Amino acid sequence: MNFPAELKYTKDHEWLKMIDDTTGIVGITDFAQSELGDLVFINLPQEGDEVTKDESFCDVESVKAVSDVMSPVTGVVAEVNSELEDEPQMLNEDPYGAWIAKIENITEFGDLMDAADYEAMVQK
Amino acid sequence: MGTYVPNTQAQREAMLAALGVAKVEDLFCNVPQEMLVGENLDLPKGLSELEVRKKVTAMAAKNRVYDTVLRGAGAYRHFIPSVVKSVISREELVTAYTPYQAEISQGILQSIFEYQTMICELTGMEVSNASVYDGGTAGAEALAMCKDRKRTKAYVSATTDPNVIGTMQTYCFGSGMPLEIIPAKDGRTDLEALKAALGADAACVYVQQPNYYGNMEDAHAIGEIAHAAGAKYIMGCNPIALAVMETPAECGADVAVGEAQPLGLDIAFGGPYLGYMAATKAMFRKLPGRIVGQTHDVDGNVGYVLTLTAREQHIRREKASSNICSNQALCAFAAGVYMTAMGADGLAQAAKLSMSKAHYLADELAKIGLPRIHSGEYFHEFVTACDKLEAVLKALDDNGILGGLPVEGGILWCCTEVVSREEIDRAVAIVKEVC
Amino acid sequence: MKLIFEKGAPGQHLTLMPECDVPEVELSCARKTAPKLPHVSETELTRHYTALAKRVHGVNDGFYPLGSCTMKYNPKINEDMAALPGFTQIHPLQPVETVQGCMEVLSTTEKLLCEITGMDAMTFQPAAGAHGEFTGLLLIKAYHTHRKDTARTKIIVPDSAHGTNPASAVMAGYTVVNIPSSDDGCVDVEALRKAVGPDTAGLMLTNPNTVGIFDKNILEITKIVHEAGGLCYYDGANLNAVMGVVRPGDMGFDVIHLNLHKTFSTPHGGGGPGAGAVGCKALLKEFLPGPVVEQCPECGLYRFAQPEHSIGRVKDFYGNFDVVVRALTYVLTLGKEGIPDAAKNAVLNANYMMKRLSEKYTMAYAGPCMHEFVMTLVDLHDTTGISAMDIAKGLLDHGIHPPTMYFPLIVHEALMIEPTETESQETMDHVCDVFLQLWDLAHTDPQALHDAPTKTPVRRLDEVGAARNPVLRYVAG
Repeated sequence: MNFPAELKYTKDHEWLKMIDDTTGIVGITDFAQSELGDLVFINLPQEGDEVTKDESFCDVESVKAVSDVMSPVTGVVAEVNSELEDEPQMLNEDPYGAWIAKIENITEFGDLMDAADYEAMVQK
Repeated sequence: MGTYVPNTQAQREAMLAALGVAKVEDLFCNVPQEMLVGENLDLPKGLSELEVRKKVTAMAAKNRVYDTVLRGAGAYRHFIPSVVKSVISREELVTAYTPYQAEISQGILQSIFEYQTMICELTGMEVSNASVYDGGTAGAEALAMCKDRKRTKAYVSATTDPNVIGTMQTYCFGSGMPLEIIPAKDGRTDLEALKAALGADAACVYVQQPNYYGNMEDAHAIGEIAHAAGAKYIMGCNPIALAVMETPAECGADVAVGEAQPLGLDIAFGGPYLGYMAATKAMFRKLPGRIVGQTHDVDGNVGYVLTLTAREQHIRREKASSNICSNQALCAFAAGVYMTAMGADGLAQAAKLSMSKAHYLADELAKIGLPRIHSGEYFHEFVTACDKLEAVLKALDDNGILGGLPVEGGILWCCTEVVSREEIDRAVAIVKEVC
Repeated sequence: MKLIFEKGAPGQHLTLMPECDVPEVELSCARKTAPKLPHVSETELTRHYTALAKRVHGVNDGFYPLGSCTMKYNPKINEDMAALPGFTQIHPLQPVETVQGCMEVLSTTEKLLCEITGMDAMTFQPAAGAHGEFTGLLLIKAYHTHRKDTARTKIIVPDSAHGTNPASAVMAGYTVVNIPSSDDGCVDVEALRKAVGPDTAGLMLTNPNTVGIFDKNILEITKIVHEAGGLCYYDGANLNAVMGVVRPGDMGFDVIHLNLHKTFSTPHGGGGPGAGAVGCKALLKEFLPGPVVEQCPECGLYRFAQPEHSIGRVKDFYGNFDVVVRALTYVLTLGKEGIPDAAKNAVLNANYMMKRLSEKYTMAYAGPCMHEFVMTLVDLHDTTGISAMDIAKGLLDHGIHPPTMYFPLIVHEALMIEPTETESQETMDHVCDVFLQLWDLAHTDPQALHDAPTKTPVRRLDEVGAARNPVLRYVAG
């Protein structure tokens, strides 16, 4: 299991990578994808959507389940990774490369962990 | 009493003994005892099969089966090939349920995959679901498919079957989606009124083709108006007409739906019928209900499964776009057998025969003073004026003929391929005597 | 197996249509290309569909304990009655005096089913259970709206409910409040008490619930909801356990749906058509979908009427009428003694299987159960790696349809077994023996179960591939 040190993590298993002070990209963690199993679809948010920390902003589907993806921050969706619509398996194969959305105008952060704390949490 | 319980009294007692309880009532120990109905259950005594047969057959005998039916208006008596009933009375198909266990349900799954393909061929659309309840619920579900955050209002033409509009209104009462009815002009959707009505919140426009009055709509123009306003375009099409008329895909529709009862199902006092739903590739994830996909098994053999199931209520629960679970699978199976038996040529023949006979009837009625009240092209239904409506229908009725349906402005007539020229001539002669 | 499109040859056809005996007319807006429908002879056609039918497991092919679906035997007389031309050849818009028999069917069935459920009126317009839920919730909505009690925007649903419950509530414009079940699988009465309030429109409940237990607090539950000003909706999916024994109306429910294709023996048809009759107490009668059938007290003739504040129609015409004919035939056959006897035997059969399987399997909840019970295979999975899915696939090789899997969601590794009353002790003993053998096999040769099934027309299918790269129709290549 992989926990890149440069990322921040949520208790709901999303990662956040800040690009500048108010812009970041978001995805789901390696742990999340392994728990969810083979993902078959993602319902992406739309550009311009306002997202709120700790609230669902999109969902991912496996064959037998659907899971909400919670936003680590409050802000506005600037861009989505529409490649995932055609190739949801990228979320399984490369969870830290398969970013879901770029969020700008970030005004608030949820409770975020660094890699070591997150790793400790999931190993429990 | 009649019973389908196989276990004898002795077996029941042996099972109770194994459970260590004295009587079966003891198993209902969680039920508040004061609530038990006991002897107060006011039902008639159970009957033998012979008695039941007599009783129910007597009810059927109180209905009148007409020799000739010149009435449609949403339910059409077409010819049903013998193979259709023969195939769909197979016990395996009748008594199975939803194909949750794909390995022992390939017959049903493959039949749905074939049905989906045929509906796509008929409509020109790219994706079909496995069926919904009927044409009205298919229309109502189609409106919901088109709703998004910014576009929330649906428009339906007044030339749509009133039952379909009624169902849509009820669904919209539930969901809170506003529904506006676009008025008709000369038995067709008023294009100018449509253009003027569509606002920035327009989610979709629904039009029936041929419409409730049998008239052909200018389906291209309506699609262009809908799309120009940024709305989705839904066409509700008669599947027999689709054998010969321009497809929804050719007319630019985003969603095609309709009542598929004409594809091999009895009129049966209104049901069970079959709602078909098909869409463009861009819309397919919004389709409600079951969808079958092709895949392969661990040995590489081709097989079929229920797929894209995360759209549905059993997984998405309150976030599902529709609550549909059971559908009309056996009716879809019948429709598949029907389309196979007919083939493209047979289906086109049924369409042409229906249309030609309707035109013959219209021409003959016009000659005796019952002219059409609308102008322009029509398929197998049309409305004529009639001053002596009740007398005309009664005279036909007295002769075993179910005449057209009274509607605003006159009578809505219908012919299908099962009506012969002799029957039409006879009906016209009877009408002539009254008028 | 080949698709029908890959069989036959262009030019092969059946001879079905006569020559045109009137002048031929054609549409100006003709389609550009003909639909690519199959082209086969009648021989090829019947062989194809016979082959498909052989690749299906129906109730008549063997045991089918699909929990929550009540896969009881479908009597043949029902089919005969539904096939009478006096029903199948009736146009839904015929003059009312020519359809008195159809109306008698609807009226008689309404009376009988109202007696069984303790309701005052019923509509047969809904086509299936979920459609009935939607209809019933609209009755609740119309009731509150009519009383100008518009703050009631929430429907309470236990977390053990069928997915259709919350989905139907949303379609009716409600917000769903999920409440957790207590440890015995029943409604957590305290959680319910906290959840109700002036915003409560109603509660949806299945009783016996989805874990097969009759909620002993039912009277208190419906009282709590009523005192908060809400109405109580009964999901009739599990009525087979209690029909003729105890009535939802007496439990305090205001509106119910029945699945005629479950409880009242009409066939499931590979997924439908069913019928989702909705019954209600007198206070909701004026909101029912129209038209409803009335009998003239003077002349005895039936007529159609529109309820005063009807929610409108939910379907074309009068619902899946020919399914109602089958249900009526069934109720007339069983009658006063047979209806409760069926329920009691359904409960007896379920308890018998539960007892026998308890020898090795872990039950999610203690018995006695009602008509179904839920096993949890968590322990088996932890010790052997064999999941509920693997046991299910193992059953396939024995010609047994597996139970409902992974439902309700509150039980992990769940298998939900509903034998129904129409199975014999002999059949159940055989099936229990197979279940117990599979338990042993899980410990001795788990790989054999991972590899199952091996005797079915196809083996485990790639569902992930099917969903990632959807192939949803045949394209001639």
